[in-house]
Amino acid sequence: MHERKLGDVVLQVSGISLSFGAMRVLNNISFDVRQGEIRSIIGPNGAGKSSMLNVINGVYHPQQGSITYRGVTRDQMKVHHAAEQGIARTFQNIALFKGMSTLDNIMTGRNLKIKSNMLLQAIYWGKAQREEIEHRKKVEEIIDFLEIQEIRKTPVGKLPYGMQKRVELGRALAAEPDLLLLDEPMAGMNVEEKEDMCRFVLDINDEFGTTIVLIEHDMGVVMDLSDRVVVLDYGLQLADGPPDEVRKNQAVIDAYLGVAK
Amino acid sequence: MPLSPDQTEAAGKEEINTFPRLLLNHARVRGEKIAMREKDLGIWQAWTWQQVLDEVRAMACGLASLGFEAGDKLAIIGDNRPCLYMGMAAAQCLGGIPVPLYQDSVTKEMAFVLDNADVHYAIVEDQEQVDKLLEIREENQAVKHILYDDPRGMRHYDFPFLNSIEKAQELGREYDKANPGFFDKQADAVRGDDIAIMLYTSGTTGNPKGVVLTYDNVIITARNGIIREGLTENEEVLAYLPMAWVGDNLFSYAQSFVAGFTVNCPESGATILTDLREIGPTYYFAPPRVYENMLTQVMIRMEDASRIKQHVFHYFMALAKRVGTRILDGKEVGLSDKLLYKLGNFLVYGPLRDVLGLNRIRLAYTAGEAIGPEIFDFYRSLGINIKQLYGQTEGMVFICVQPDGEVYADTVGTPAIDVEIKIDENGEVLYRGPGVFHSYYKSPEATAKTKTEDGWVYTGDAGYFADNGHLKIIDRAKDVGKLQDGTMFAPKYIENKLKFFSFIKEAVAFGDQRENTCIFVNIDLEAVGNWAERRHLAYSGYIDLAAQDEVYDLVQGCVDKVNEDLSQDPLLSRSQIRRFLVLHKELDADDGELTRTRKVRRSFIEERYVPLVEALYSDVSECHIETQVKFEDGRTGSLSADVKIREAKQFTPVAKAS
Repeated sequence: MHERKLGDVVLQVSGISLSFGAMRVLNNISFDVRQGEIRSIIGPNGAGKSSMLNVINGVYHPQQGSITYRGVTRDQMKVHHAAEQGIARTFQNIALFKGMSTLDNIMTGRNLKIKSNMLLQAIYWGKAQREEIEHRKKVEEIIDFLEIQEIRKTPVGKLPYGMQKRVELGRALAAEPDLLLLDEPMAGMNVEEKEDMCRFVLDINDEFGTTIVLIEHDMGVVMDLSDRVVVLDYGLQLADGPPDEVRKNQAVIDAYLGVAK
Repeated sequence: MPLSPDQTEAAGKEEINTFPRLLLNHARVRGEKIAMREKDLGIWQAWTWQQVLDEVRAMACGLASLGFEAGDKLAIIGDNRPCLYMGMAAAQCLGGIPVPLYQDSVTKEMAFVLDNADVHYAIVEDQEQVDKLLEIREENQAVKHILYDDPRGMRHYDFPFLNSIEKAQELGREYDKANPGFFDKQADAVRGDDIAIMLYTSGTTGNPKGVVLTYDNVIITARNGIIREGLTENEEVLAYLPMAWVGDNLFSYAQSFVAGFTVNCPESGATILTDLREIGPTYYFAPPRVYENMLTQVMIRMEDASRIKQHVFHYFMALAKRVGTRILDGKEVGLSDKLLYKLGNFLVYGPLRDVLGLNRIRLAYTAGEAIGPEIFDFYRSLGINIKQLYGQTEGMVFICVQPDGEVYADTVGTPAIDVEIKIDENGEVLYRGPGVFHSYYKSPEATAKTKTEDGWVYTGDAGYFADNGHLKIIDRAKDVGKLQDGTMFAPKYIENKLKFFSFIKEAVAFGDQRENTCIFVNIDLEAVGNWAERRHLAYSGYIDLAAQDEVYDLVQGCVDKVNEDLSQDPLLSRSQIRRFLVLHKELDADDGELTRTRKVRRSFIEERYVPLVEALYSDVSECHIETQVKFEDGRTGSLSADVKIREAKQFTPVAKAS
C-alpha cells in the first residue's frame, strides 16, 4: 500500500450553527478538509450530516460561523459560488432527470463549463460545435471510468437503483470538481454494488486527486475509505480524527451503541 | 470454386505464408483499408492495415528492446482488443510464439499455463490481469516482463518489470531507429513450418494441454475456409469470443490476415449486442447458446407486444417456417408464398434481423454443441444463412462444414477442403488434413495417443456418415457407455435433447453401468422466471424458483417429451429417463462444474453431488444437500437445499422396424 500524504487545508468550517426556527440542527461545528483526502461525516439519523453538506455547498445558510474555501472566508456560501469554485455533490435521494438518458444526465453536469452562446448551440456551428465535441468526450471518459457503457442511451428512470446512483456520481464528476460531496452514496445498495461504489470513490480520489467529503451510514465502509472522520450527534460534534481514534472514542461508542443508565 | 483476383493475390503466392508477411503485404496492397476497429469513448476508432503494421512494428521492436527473442512465448490475456491482436502479430514478427489465455481464468489456472508454456513475457489488458500475474510472480519469477493496455488503478504500481504498451512502443520506435532493417529481417526470417501459436484446450478432464500449431496449419486452413465460402476483403466480423479459443483465433485473426477483412472489437462484454447491431457483421460465428439466448429474448419481448403485432409476427413466422428455409436454399416455392414472404420480409423478418444485428450476414457459423432444430430453422427461415461446422483446436477448426443448400440440423456437413475423414471400428471419427496440429507442447505421449504416425487425428467423438454423405456426431466416444442391460447410453445426446427446450439451460445425464438413466436439470432463470411472472408465481431467486412444484411440472413436460422421442429410436429406447431432479444451483465454471467453454464436466459433477445421485437411484422423493460455492471475488460460501426428485413417464418402445 502506498503512503498517503495529505495536502493543505482547502476547506475550513468554523463554529457553524444552524437553526430552523427553534430547532437547532448544527451547534458550533468546526472541522477542516485537506487537499486530496477522503473525509467522512458520520452520525445517527438526524445528526445533521446532510445539513452540514448543505451548508458547505450553500443550500442552507448558517446563522453563525464562517466557511473558508481556498483562502476566501465567507459567513455563508452561495450555491453558485460553490459550483463555480469546483464543489459538486450527489444527493441522498437521487435527483436525476428520469426521462433523459444516462449520457444526457451526465452532460447536464457540464452546464457551467459551456461557454458558447445559445444561438450558436442551437445551430450547432463553429465554436459551439467544437465545444460540444469536447464536452461529449469528457462525458464519455466518465462513462468509461464508471463502466456504464451499456446504459449510455438508457433512460435513467428504467435503471436499477444502484445504477442510478452511479449515474448521479457521473454527473457530479462531469463538473470536474476539486471537492466532491457525496451524500450516502451507498445507501440502499447490496454488497456487490457497495463494493463497486467504494472502488469508484477510491479511484476518483486516486486518479483525479479529487478531495471527497462523504456521508455514510455503513461503518465498515467509512472506516475503510476515510482518512479522517467527523462524528456528529444531534447537531453536536462528538469527535474528529483518524478512523482508529474515532472508533475508540467513548462518546462515539455511547452515541452509536446507547448507554446504560 | 473460381478465385476472385483478390483472393488469388493473397492466396496464390506461395511465399506469403506467415502472418508477418501477410501483414506487410496488406500494408502494401490495401494500406488504407480498415483492418481493425474498437469502440472507445463511444466512437468506433479505426486502424488501417498500414497503421496496424506501424503499431505492430513499434510493439515488436519494443519487445525486442526488452529482451524478447525468437522462440520466446508471449502470453496474451484480456478481452478482444486491437492492441492484443497486434501484440500477437508483434510476437510472430520476432519469430516468437503468442500464447493467448482465457481472461476469466483464476490465478491458479493461469499459473499452470504460464508455467507449462514457459512464458516469460506477457501483454495484458488491465489491472485485473496484472494483479493475477503479480500474485503468480510471488510464487515464481518466471514472468520477466508485463505490458499492459489500460493504466487505470495502477498509478502506484512501481515495478521495473511492468510497463504500458505505449511505453514499450516508444522504446520500440527508438530501437527501430537505432537498428534499421531489424524488424524486416526478423519478419522475413519466419517460415511456414515454424510454430505460429499455442492454444490451450480447456480440457474436460485433467490439466489443459498446449496445442502447437504451425503457420502452415493455421494459414492454409484459414485460406481453405475462405475459398470454400467465397469470403472477401469486404467482410466485417465482430471479435467477441475469448482470444484463447481457437475459433476466435481463426475467424478474428487468421482469416482477417489472410483475406484482409475488418475485425471489430466491442466496447465491453456488456455492450456486445449493441455493438453487434452497430457493426452489422457479414460473417459471424456464435456458439448455439448465443443463438438460443437471442431467440429467447425475441420471444420474451414478443409476449409483451400488442395483440396486433403478435398476430402479424406469428402469421409470418408460420409462413417462414413453411417456406423460409426453402427460399434460402434456392428451392422451388409457389408464387403466392414467394410474394407473401417478400411482404413478411418487409414487415417482420427484415426488422427482426436488424434488431438482432444480423441484417448484413452473408455467412454465420455455429459449432461446439448440437443446436436445437427449431432454433436453427428459426434463423434460417428468416433468411440468415447459418450453418454448422465441426472442428477442433487440434485441426485448426475446420474438419466438416455444411455446404450451401445442404444444411441439416442433425449433421455437421461434408469434409472441409483437403480434409479426409474416416470412422474406426469403434465408431470414433478420425481426420487428416493441412490443419492437423504439430504436437501437444512438451507432451509427446499425449501427442502419440491422439495423432497417428501418418497424420490421422482421433477426435474422441463417436459418429457416422449419414446416407446423404454428411457426418453425424452422436457423442463423445468415451462418454458413450452402456446401461447394465447393455443398452447404448449416449448422455450428451439425451442432454442436448433436453437443452433444446428453452426452459432448460443445462442437463446432466447419468446411466453408464447403472440400471437406468437419471438426470440433473438446470432451469433457465430468464425463461422460467418470465414464465413464472406471467403466472404470478412469486420467487426470490434461482433456488426458490427451481424448487417450486409448478416448475417441476414444467420440466416434467419436457422430460416426458424427450422420453417419447427416445422411445422412437430402436437403439436408445431403453435409455429413457427414469427419474430427474432440478438442481438447486446453477452449474458454474468457477466451481469447476463447467469448462471455460461451458461444457458440463459430468464425472466431476457426479462426484460433487454424490448424495443427489444416490438419491436418484434410490426411491426417496427428497434429498438434503449442502454445497460449497465460489463467488466471483474468490470467496467461498455454502448453499444448502432440499431437492425434490420426480419420476418421468415411460413410453413403450416402438416395435423395431421390420
